[in-house]
Amino acid sequence: METLEKVLTPEEQFQARIDADIRIEPKDWMPDAYRKTLIRQISQHAHSELVGMLPEGNWITRAPSLKRKSILLAKVQDEAGHGLYLYSAAETLGTTRDQMLADLHSGKAKYSSIFNYPTLSWADMGCVGWLVDGAAILNQVPLCRTSYGPYARAMVRVCKEESFHQRQGFEVMQTLCEGAPVQKEMAQEALNRWWWPTLMMFGPKDADSPNTAQSMNWRIKRFTNDELRQKFVDMMVPQAEFLGLTVPDPLVKWNEERQAYDFGEVNWDEFWAVVKGNGLCNHERLQARVQAHEEGAWVREAANAHAAKRAAREAVVA
Amino acid sequence: MLPQNHFSAADAAPATAPLFPFVLQLADTSLILAHRLSEWCGHGPVLEQDLAMANIALDLLGEARSYYQYAAELEGQGRTEDDLAYLRSAVEYRNPLLVEQPNHDFAHTILRQFLFDNFHYHLLKALLTCPDAQLAAIAEKSVKEASYHLKWSSEWVIRLGDGTPESRQRLDKAIATLWRFGEELTTPTAMEKALQEVGVLPDYAALKPAMQAHTEYVFAEATLPLPTQVFAQQGGKNGRHTEHLGYLLSELQYMQRTYPGLTW
Repeated sequence: METLEKVLTPEEQFQARIDADIRIEPKDWMPDAYRKTLIRQISQHAHSELVGMLPEGNWITRAPSLKRKSILLAKVQDEAGHGLYLYSAAETLGTTRDQMLADLHSGKAKYSSIFNYPTLSWADMGCVGWLVDGAAILNQVPLCRTSYGPYARAMVRVCKEESFHQRQGFEVMQTLCEGAPVQKEMAQEALNRWWWPTLMMFGPKDADSPNTAQSMNWRIKRFTNDELRQKFVDMMVPQAEFLGLTVPDPLVKWNEERQAYDFGEVNWDEFWAVVKGNGLCNHERLQARVQAHEEGAWVREAANAHAAKRAAREAVVA
Repeated sequence: MLPQNHFSAADAAPATAPLFPFVLQLADTSLILAHRLSEWCGHGPVLEQDLAMANIALDLLGEARSYYQYAAELEGQGRTEDDLAYLRSAVEYRNPLLVEQPNHDFAHTILRQFLFDNFHYHLLKALLTCPDAQLAAIAEKSVKEASYHLKWSSEWVIRLGDGTPESRQRLDKAIATLWRFGEELTTPTAMEKALQEVGVLPDYAALKPAMQAHTEYVFAEATLPLPTQVFAQQGGKNGRHTEHLGYLLSELQYMQRTYPGLTW
């Protein structure tokens, strides 16, 4: 081992650890690009949790029963909790929450585009849990084995809660589908709106995803975008059938040879438009975050000022 | 025929009959405040406080559900917790005025919470020995939560009062707006008086010294003068509400009113 370390460059030693599936920890040497990629990805993920509170938060005050209200509020609160672990995980890489939030608010940092779609009916709470959280789980479960230790550990906890969220989303859909005709229509209408945007959650096609190869090599990522998208379709089409709903894609068809579903092409123009800020809710979502942050500034300042006064008084007493 | 002084279930009725409206009042109170707090979700001044407010809202919502379920049982007319929460109009709601007041800013939210928590915690503590077993059981579960709520809102009154000039000014404004709604909490209605007389409810006057002592402690720590007595606004507990409640209920009840009789 001693000889090996003498011969190998830090980059080579790093890659050797990655290849041996040994976790990278905050104090370990890591290439600058690895650090930057992780900060980008983890902060983007944390921002997605934070912004992701808004579309569902939109229905907390209108949930149709006390039980649903309680479950929805708990779920959105879990998302705030996920944001908290993820910001902490990113901070181990040398950034700060303030910096990450500044990047979100300036538009420099991204968050998942799915949250730029509006939630228009109660059935959207079902679709967000069932489809959006379902897609998020497929993206996130492999991250429990991602090469960076703090991120992987945060994801173990996130994934446990997400799978609960997904089940509750499915249960909302099931209740609607077993209910009155007006409820079933509500469920179908919501599925029609959410199906394609959730397929977009896996990102651009592999051919158009410049970061994939490096991320796979560093084992930050473990599957390509297209692989995950296929998995998602294969998982969801039978679930939609079980619910008695129709996926809004006439090209969806079981392919016996591939043992997978064929499906139509995502509207990539829409995908890029939303990524670039032109989705229906991009402006509102970002505005809501900026507003909360700006209007909360005096609260944070007061807490800091009080803590400083208290510390000064305690120093005098001591 | 039973002799007149023989104890029977019918004789116990006067003591238990008014319990339904009182339990409903507790339920409405916790629900409306939970609803107000839940409006902050995703918009809090800092992530940790977003979580804290959602947490308190969830506790109050859970408590409200226990009361509604018990109220439904006491009423015995086949109504459910959701019927009671979603299908009653503003004038039928029995929450005190304080809890329906809008969030406005964090200082208003904190002061509203502090006034409520200081009463709620002491009420629940007294209800631990309530002769009604169900109310005592709900109080036992909720008092632990309420003690955390009171700690949280007290600490924030202190931080905002003894923070920056801006936080102090905002808290002063909140006091000017909300202090007048505090008194209703400890002013018994005729229905509450009846329950106090039969020993189901504690005498609110007996709660006041502990509440007052806590307020004095918190305001001293916050370097705030104790607010002077103002004209106390009352009426919510008798169904005479501020205009804010109607809007809150139209949002809360939207789905049940639009799609009556369905299961969600």
